[in-house]
Amino acid sequence: METKVISANRLEDGIVVYITKDNNWSECISDAEVFNDEAACDEALSKAYTAEEACIVVGSYLVEIEQKGVYYNPTKYREFIRVIGPTVRPDLARQARS
Amino acid sequence: MYVYNLVDQSLVNQRVQQFRDQVRRRLSGELNEEEFKPLRLMNGLYLQLHAYMLRVAIPYGTLSSKQMRALAHIAVRYDKGYGHFTTRQNLQFNWPKLKETPDILADLADVQMHAFQTSGNCIRNVTADQYAGVAVEEIADPRITAEVVRQWSTLHPEFSFLPRKFKIAVTGSKRDRAAVRVHDIGLIIKINEAGEMGYEVIVGGGLGRTPIVGVTIREFLPQQCLLSYLESILRIYNQIGRRDNIYKARIKIVIHELGAKEFTRRVEKEWKTIRDTAIDLPVGEYERIRAFFAPLPYQSLPKNDAGFSHLKFENQDFSHWVRGNTLPHRQSGYSIANISLKPIGGIPGDASAKQMEVVADLAEKFSFGEIRVAHEQNLVLPHVKQTDLYSIWNTLKEHNLATPNLGLISDIIACPGMDYCSLATARSIPLAQDISNRFSNLRRQNDIGELSVNISGCINACGHHHVGHIGLLGVDRKGEEYYQVTIGGSADENASIGEIIGPAIPYDEVVDAIERVVETYVDLRAKNESFIDAYRRVGKQPFKENLYVTN
Repeated sequence: METKVISANRLEDGIVVYITKDNNWSECISDAEVFNDEAACDEALSKAYTAEEACIVVGSYLVEIEQKGVYYNPTKYREFIRVIGPTVRPDLARQARS
Repeated sequence: MYVYNLVDQSLVNQRVQQFRDQVRRRLSGELNEEEFKPLRLMNGLYLQLHAYMLRVAIPYGTLSSKQMRALAHIAVRYDKGYGHFTTRQNLQFNWPKLKETPDILADLADVQMHAFQTSGNCIRNVTADQYAGVAVEEIADPRITAEVVRQWSTLHPEFSFLPRKFKIAVTGSKRDRAAVRVHDIGLIIKINEAGEMGYEVIVGGGLGRTPIVGVTIREFLPQQCLLSYLESILRIYNQIGRRDNIYKARIKIVIHELGAKEFTRRVEKEWKTIRDTAIDLPVGEYERIRAFFAPLPYQSLPKNDAGFSHLKFENQDFSHWVRGNTLPHRQSGYSIANISLKPIGGIPGDASAKQMEVVADLAEKFSFGEIRVAHEQNLVLPHVKQTDLYSIWNTLKEHNLATPNLGLISDIIACPGMDYCSLATARSIPLAQDISNRFSNLRRQNDIGELSVNISGCINACGHHHVGHIGLLGVDRKGEEYYQVTIGGSADENASIGEIIGPAIPYDEVVDAIERVVETYVDLRAKNESFIDAYRRVGKQPFKENLYVTN
């Protein structure tokens, strides 16, 4: 199975977040829990749906990633843009914020 | 400008309260996302790639200084200090927080604005010629009609859940700047032989997945019958529109499948049953609305001012801006001043809060407090004395708003694309920036002449790529951004859908390809022949041959 993380948008402000190992949500993909098997994905998605019911996030889904050195990056460009922010506004990008 | 009465204001205020309660219930969990989504969309609130996006309605692209200042305030107070003017003459904020959206709507309501019907399968914000009331060749001011349509369509109970979204545009000029032939309904104001005002009614135009130029179903509709006729069109569409297939749900597909003749027959039959009923406005109501758009207290000025001519002679940059971005006004001694939101290498349609405030101040000081938004994503000061142009230009220049590129290759229409939009399959903005940078030399741009480049980041065509002289459609090819090139589109009175030239090309090759298309035109054009005229004369072959040449 492809390596995956779970992403969603935070309900309160719509900001992109990723589910973490301690079952929280982080704005940084580097904090995300990485899944390599179907059962773990299903279990984590269940937790994400619980977070949706708890009004923490909205629209949870699996994002395929690949390892680049010590980092994990999404394989799809759309998801990469969700990670970094608008490519045309580097001042608003996540790197700028952090 | 139209000013809300108590009914308008209470409607907007009530909606703010209603949405405040809906947001509270969503955040508390009383409403889930499935229940809440249609409610937020009714208030223009989308969830995009990075955050929520709020689309604010700017009816027929007309704004006051006070309203523009409110938009600037919202950009600073609730967003990230900027907004994006769209091809629907609206404004989008890219970073509002859900919990603060009711406060934003309340601030909008304070200046007689809202976000109704900027989303959903309803009649969307009506659009019109940005030079309404001031264009020299105008037959009649389209704002009166647009305001009537706005009031009729706002929260219309029968048409709040149509098969698909529905867009209406109005022009009062022979020169079509409102793209009426590519709207669900396009209205062209006409005067008949008896001197009566009416409309040519065009139906079934549209872009998106199936681009079609609309067909005229009535050459002349008397003005007093407007609403009953619109009601008839919408009623037929609402009855037979394809609710089973989102890709076939627009009225253009209905007309394509049914045939224009049969569709017209059904509309006319329906109209016979409802015309001359209370649906149509009494003449007095038209006059009441017309009074809001009465001629302004212009000064009596000579057609040409010696001081203005001298300033143009003395300052070449000013002269270029006047020639490129201003137009004659109906009133002697006045001009229409266009403000380009397309600085070289900039983001088409974006304006910072500071720029919005600057434009608001200029409008208040020099343009009777009035601003227009063009569907080409630029702004307009519609009533400017020639003698004030130099002062305006100097201020615009200080704020990067004086690029003299109106209608030139760097005046690019671009949707937000994959940098913001959850529907997009490729980016639009950086491509627009790259093309703008490649053709940054204004002398070269002027030599090329009138040439529109329109870019969409997906098949939904918010960037109007089908009607760009050169159109670019971003597509996903196995995770890579590719762009399909169309040539020969036009949104004006000679509307046409651009032809696909060949296979899509990768992002990195697009700018070079565009340059080859432009150079092909420059090489083959006749004297004073525009790009679109040259294309229509020679066809796509010469462009195709050069587009795919690589060294």
